[in-house]
Amino acid sequence: MDKGKAVMGAGRRWAVDFSDQSTVPSSRDILDPPGFSRAPPEQDDSATSRQKKDAEANWKLQQKAWEVAQSPFKNLMMMGFMMWMAGNTVHLFSIGITFSALWQPLSALQSVGKIFEPFKDNKVELLMPKLVFLALNLGGLALGIWKLNTLGLLPTHASDWVSSLPPPQEVEHSGGGYVFH
Amino acid sequence: MAMALRLYLLLIVFVSSAIVSFSLYEDQVGLMDWHQRYIGKVKHAVFHTQKTGRKRVIVSTEENVVASLDLRHGEIFWRHVLGTKDAIDGVDIALGKYVITLSSEGSMLRAWNLPDGQMVWETSLHSAQHSKSLLSVPVNLKFDKDYSILVFGGGYLHAVSPIDGELLWKKDFTAEGFEVQRVLQPLESSIVYVLGFLHSSEAIVYQIDSKSGEVVAEKSKAFPGRFSGEISAVSNDKVVVLDSTRSILVTISFVDGEISFQKTLISSLVEDSGEAEILSPLLSNMLAVKVNKRTIFVRVGDQGKLEMVDSLSDETAMSDSLPVADDQVAFASVHHEGSKIHLTVKLVDDLDTVLLRESIQMDQHRGRVDRVFINNYIKTDRSNGFRALIVMEDHSLLLLQQGAIVWSREEGLASVTDVTTAELPVEKDGVSVAKVEHTLVDWLKGHILKLKGSLLLASPEDVVAIQEMRMKSSGRSKLTRDHNGFRKLFIALTRAGKLFALHTGDGRIVWSTLLNSPACARPSGISLYQWQVPHHHAMDENPSVLVVGRCGSDSSSPGVLSFVDVYTGKEISSSDIGHSVVQVMPLPLFTDSTEQRLHLIADTDGHVHLYPKTPEALGIFQREFQNVYWYNVEGDDGIIRGHGMKSSCAGETADEYCFTTRELWTVVFPSESEKIISTLTRKPNEVVHTQAKVSTDQDVLYKYVSRNLLFVATVSPKGAGEIGSVTPEESALVVYLIDTVTGRILHRLSHQGCQGPVHAVFSENWVVYHYFNLRAHKYEVTVVEIYDQSRAENKNVWKLVLGKHNLTAPISSYSRPEMFTKSQSYFFPQSVKTIAVTSTAKGITSKQLLIGTIGDQILALDKRFVDPRRTLNPSQAEKEEGIIPLTDSLPIIPQSYITHSLKVEGLRGIVTAPAKLESTTHVFAYGVDLFYTRLAPSKTYDSLTDDFSYALLLITIVALVAAIYITWALSEKKELSEKWR
Repeated sequence: MDKGKAVMGAGRRWAVDFSDQSTVPSSRDILDPPGFSRAPPEQDDSATSRQKKDAEANWKLQQKAWEVAQSPFKNLMMMGFMMWMAGNTVHLFSIGITFSALWQPLSALQSVGKIFEPFKDNKVELLMPKLVFLALNLGGLALGIWKLNTLGLLPTHASDWVSSLPPPQEVEHSGGGYVFH
Repeated sequence: MAMALRLYLLLIVFVSSAIVSFSLYEDQVGLMDWHQRYIGKVKHAVFHTQKTGRKRVIVSTEENVVASLDLRHGEIFWRHVLGTKDAIDGVDIALGKYVITLSSEGSMLRAWNLPDGQMVWETSLHSAQHSKSLLSVPVNLKFDKDYSILVFGGGYLHAVSPIDGELLWKKDFTAEGFEVQRVLQPLESSIVYVLGFLHSSEAIVYQIDSKSGEVVAEKSKAFPGRFSGEISAVSNDKVVVLDSTRSILVTISFVDGEISFQKTLISSLVEDSGEAEILSPLLSNMLAVKVNKRTIFVRVGDQGKLEMVDSLSDETAMSDSLPVADDQVAFASVHHEGSKIHLTVKLVDDLDTVLLRESIQMDQHRGRVDRVFINNYIKTDRSNGFRALIVMEDHSLLLLQQGAIVWSREEGLASVTDVTTAELPVEKDGVSVAKVEHTLVDWLKGHILKLKGSLLLASPEDVVAIQEMRMKSSGRSKLTRDHNGFRKLFIALTRAGKLFALHTGDGRIVWSTLLNSPACARPSGISLYQWQVPHHHAMDENPSVLVVGRCGSDSSSPGVLSFVDVYTGKEISSSDIGHSVVQVMPLPLFTDSTEQRLHLIADTDGHVHLYPKTPEALGIFQREFQNVYWYNVEGDDGIIRGHGMKSSCAGETADEYCFTTRELWTVVFPSESEKIISTLTRKPNEVVHTQAKVSTDQDVLYKYVSRNLLFVATVSPKGAGEIGSVTPEESALVVYLIDTVTGRILHRLSHQGCQGPVHAVFSENWVVYHYFNLRAHKYEVTVVEIYDQSRAENKNVWKLVLGKHNLTAPISSYSRPEMFTKSQSYFFPQSVKTIAVTSTAKGITSKQLLIGTIGDQILALDKRFVDPRRTLNPSQAEKEEGIIPLTDSLPIIPQSYITHSLKVEGLRGIVTAPAKLESTTHVFAYGVDLFYTRLAPSKTYDSLTDDFSYALLLITIVALVAAIYITWALSEKKELSEKWR
């Protein structure tokens, strides 16, 4: 490849430079068309309008953050519906749904920082969306756990703790029966 | 942990609810099960050895079996097992084609077709009283149809046509005090002589016309003295009777209707005379008398004069006489000498002429010869050859011919009385294993065959080969322990006092041993216990079993303990314990350092004796001294007594292993209204996995699991008889659950209008029993489950999590546990002989009831069918848990007969034992036949089935891996070509 480049370099007859040096007008041999201003569009100098725009952007960001924060709610509803569909018996479907219902909030909670990364701005209030996001995900987790419990897979009943207990030993021992004839 | 277990249990529930009944495919028969056919101890034998056709011997046995055996190989041609109350009194061949049997004290006469055993006719004879029963089939070689079969039984003499069983005539002999002793019909004569004694002091001879049944003549003569019942018919007109003093032989001759007596003092025949006994063999003009442990032969002369001609040692068995050529009559005698038996056939008329003398090596463990039956045949050099069928003391049946044992049958196994299980030795290097392992090539071949089978590519020959391979799988019959615990020994004690070890793999006898005792010649075996089962310590010791026996027949006769090594079958020791045995109590929780189990033996004086007699055992026992109790059931008086240990009987005897007891409680059933018909306890070695029973709504019930519970069933005295003998108002069945430590009646349940017999099974916290409902005219099955109320409060999860509960604390019967029961009844369409329940190693697997039906088959019924929680409309959750909707009767699913097409004739008991694999249990059923199979009540959830094709799995994996590689290579290639494009 090096060799090829060298050959190419050596045997170059012509070349077009597409690189744009438009920022330096003096270097250009062609004049700009009339009415075209190369300079960046003039900023509105008035401070109020800039502030307004800033606020607008912030508000939009805030809106988006809220949207993100509320997004688990839809998920929650969906999960709830799926769980209702799955029924209360232990089989592959219901177990799959329950575990995904548990896994989703958990993974969301782990990556809560990452999710709100794009909105990270000193001016954007992120605490409340984060809290809502957390609350909703915790709600989803709770729903999953509740489902797990309704499936009977949580040791919340006395039966779960005594079912492996062996019968107690007896103090007395008695034997006998019919007399041998 | 709990959760994992829960999942596991759920899995079991799912697996078990998916398959309702146990069933078997045709080609699986014989893979896990085996069946052995027996006939029992032979009482009578009739040879049928015509020149043409197969040679056979017709036998009748003490197990009420009539059978035709192949004389060449000893196989059963056909066999009929009559009922337990239908004892066979006589068997003979009539018309050369019918086997005639007389049974039920001379009231049932049947004819069976000789070649195939089909019943030809059956005649029920009128019977008025208990009496001797005599069968006389005339020996008529001409097949003369005018002859009739003479049967005496129940006080009547009957003449029955051999062709169709029609009753030709009958004669009443039911007169008060008259006992018929012999019915004689001389050859070529139309007169039948009936000899009887009136009040044992007058001989009466009736002459009866055999055509019409009319009495032609009647003669009687008083005898100055009394007759004993022992009689021997020596010829057609003479009998010899022993008088009541047993010192005088009286010859009664009734030539031409005149009766004459001729007395002979036994002391005039032999010098040292004592009490005499007439032996049973029928010899012509001769009789055998046992005097002073010697057998003497007494010839009866023409004038009724008696003379002694020979004497033999006591240990001699003799056959009846047998006509051989030229009007000569021969008989056989067998006696022992060391490890050999000597068979001698002599002419009756001339005892010096020995027709045959043979010595045969005989296994010591067969005991002495009990009975001999001989048969003759003509050899090629026209001389007489003899074959002898001998019955040994251990009930085995052997055919001797030309100085060798042609075949033998272990008929002792038809009368198994007790069964226990034992482990096989662990496989070690150097321990010779009977079978050579398969080579790799064989293994591969086998698997390829199997694979062909599972891919449906096998040809019919291959199918046969596969089946054969499965049957003879090398692992089945090895004499070592296997990983799954499928190979075990069943130790069976028989009525003859012989111990057999049967291999579960193929049912062969691994060893057998006849019990010996220094105190008496042959103790009778009572029961069998596991004595030493090393599994934690003392692993170098061989396991052993304890056989408790007794010298003599009554309960006060001294007991004998015999310890038998399970691996070798050798009797380790046998001791005469010097006291009687009325009860044996194994103390399963107490073992000494060599893993010998402690046993208590109670005697008639109310003392208990501790075994083994070692200081260590004594120490262990004394620690638990206050906590050991025993009870006995006095069925005749309707009393159950409970006893506690009191003190050492040091005051009375020097024996420090003997303890006195004191009576603590009695339960007395009112004799006018209740009679004990059945008692039952749990099996002491049963393992219970959990004390909790979880219901559908996660609620917990605590099982009342106690070893000290006794189930007692009583019935009104009127209702103790046959089913249907009382009206429903007169009979009531009451069942009790009694704590045998305190005597407290925990539960009482009464069934009005019901009747026994009660067959019950007791496991964990439930009892299932079977009885007859007189009102509904049906059999019923009731289940009672017992739950502990006093522990029911333990429901706080946090307390349970933190372990703050008393559920595992030892409990005492004196703490008066509160309990409640749940019960439910169902109709059951069949009569039952016995019920057992499956048992598994850890008690996790669901249980099946094994019901031995009246048809001698075994039905496996899931415990789920007898569950008190069954309701008419179970909720969805209950259904998911496997609760079956309630029906009024229990279903009998034909596929759930574990005996499939076989019958365990004369079924008496079913024994179950756990395998090491939790899902599997061994089932052994005994009666006249033996049957063994392996059951998995919830299917084999913990192992792959035998016919699982490993080869198929392997090939699939290889094919998949290959496919992955090929597709990977292809995709690489394609990608490359894609790049080049």
